[in-house]
Amino acid sequence: MSIDGPDIVIETTGLTRVFTRRAGRGLRSLRRTALTAVDDLTLRVDAGEAVGYIGANGAGKSTTIKMLVGILVPSAGSVRTCGLDPVRDRRILARHVGVVFGQRSQLWWDLPVRESFAILAAIHRLRPSDATAREEELVARLEMGGYLDTPVRQLSLGQRMRAEVAAALLHRPRLVILDEPTIGLDVLSKQRLRQFLLAERAAHGTTLLLTTHDMGDIERLCDRVVLVDHGRAVHDGDLAGLARTVGARRELVVDLLAPSPDLVGIPHTVHLMSDGGGIRQRLAFDADATTAAQVLAAVASRAEVRDLTIEEPDIEDVVRRVYEASGRDR
Amino acid sequence: MCATVRPYWRLFVAGVRQQSTYRLAALGGLVTNATFGFLKAAMLFATVEAAGGELRGYDVGAMSAYVWLSQGLLGSVNLNGRTDFADRIKSGDVAVDFARPISPQGAALAGEVGRAVFTLVPRGLPSVAIGALVVGMTMPTSPGPYLLGLLSLLVGIVISHATAYAVNACGFWLVETRGVQVLYMVVSGFLAGLFVPVAFFPSWLLRIAEATPFPSMMMYPIDILSGRIHGPSATGLFGIQLGWLLVTLAAGQLLTAAGRRRLEVQGG
Repeated sequence: MSIDGPDIVIETTGLTRVFTRRAGRGLRSLRRTALTAVDDLTLRVDAGEAVGYIGANGAGKSTTIKMLVGILVPSAGSVRTCGLDPVRDRRILARHVGVVFGQRSQLWWDLPVRESFAILAAIHRLRPSDATAREEELVARLEMGGYLDTPVRQLSLGQRMRAEVAAALLHRPRLVILDEPTIGLDVLSKQRLRQFLLAERAAHGTTLLLTTHDMGDIERLCDRVVLVDHGRAVHDGDLAGLARTVGARRELVVDLLAPSPDLVGIPHTVHLMSDGGGIRQRLAFDADATTAAQVLAAVASRAEVRDLTIEEPDIEDVVRRVYEASGRDR
Repeated sequence: MCATVRPYWRLFVAGVRQQSTYRLAALGGLVTNATFGFLKAAMLFATVEAAGGELRGYDVGAMSAYVWLSQGLLGSVNLNGRTDFADRIKSGDVAVDFARPISPQGAALAGEVGRAVFTLVPRGLPSVAIGALVVGMTMPTSPGPYLLGLLSLLVGIVISHATAYAVNACGFWLVETRGVQVLYMVVSGFLAGLFVPVAFFPSWLLRIAEATPFPSMMMYPIDILSGRIHGPSATGLFGIQLGWLLVTLAAGQLLTAAGRRRLEVQGG
């Protein structure tokens, strides 16, 4: 369908968006300052990928998404989504993309949920038989049967979010973009939504781009993470790689046969704590400089090991480190 | 139905249904319209009688038709400048509109016109019925004026919403459009002939009014529907309306296209 070939769903090169802000009050408000929300972003997402697009508030996530679907016009750089120019081909592109803005609604507030689906089916020019089949599928998978005839304004947040997701997926988009879809949801609602999204991907091979502050979303749904900071992509890879970039350490917990002195001085490790007079000890090690096997060998040379566990860095912690490292001006 | 029109038709129907859920508000609107209708009738009838029973082509029966038709249209013709679209720009919900494979202007107008057309049922018709039963009004006796009048009425409603849309599209630049809305409300009510018939204007003011789309929103539909203007003159007025329809729609489209290039979605 384009020179890019059908397999690249998102491709940006040097994508940049600058907003002008008025500074000061009254007459002084004529002075303007430029704020670069997205800065020289180069990103490629292939068909079928599930990408977590994460970053602190104000990092430029939503602005990127809005440029990907042609809502915002880039200041510089290029963007192609589903092989199309989002600004020029906005309306054609909208048929291939489904977007959920977690804090906005695309449903008709005064009307029953069913009615919103019917309107959206018409907007996307679905054939009535296709629309009915798809609606039935979504209603069953998202368990919405109980409130199809309820006006949207009377739904709970969890019910409404499921309806929002269904509304975005009604036209079987190739690319689904979810901007904080689990914001404000309880644990059970989040879990349901994630299960649905996994099943939807498995069934239709949908490409997924997800922004969230919920690391559970990323861990369950995404096989790739792009971290943005001040409008720039500072990491692009898997979660483990992200942990390495911020120097997050893996931890080795050893249970020893007998109480032993603290295991200090092992290269590239830090002794964190000892329990039971030294029966259980916790060591943090730098995974780039050493390996679990080397650390274990060093430990075994000093004491006899009965059992061990290795703990991976906590993703929340990893992200907090990134935000803290660069976001002191927020 | 043609695939291009179907989404807008569906949004029009949605507008009708949305409006039908607010029955109490419609009743409140009707009571207000009728109250002011009686006031307006009292003042304008006194004016006509003081002028010797006829003023600029209006006798009491024609004046009554003007009063009750204008009051009946008030709920449907947008003379207050408010639109959902302005709120959507302000809140940033306009992002959702731009993420759909349709024209944001077309979608906004379809919904607004749907609501406006439904409003004719609980507010327009009763208002006219009150006038006809309580005061009596002169209306045409042949079907022609009613047919052209209904078309003219529909076009007038669309022009009013298209103009309000274009005015509110300034929100792409201003964000807060309340000032522009108030200006629109003051000018539109007067020039559309809501307070006194446009025929009562001094000639210089009449020329100003005729250079705006406002008389096409309410005055011309009333003139055609009440039979005050008929025959080729009525067709001519309708032609002028169609011209304004094109102009206001084009203005809204241009402003949307220009506004989108500098859109900054509010609220992230």
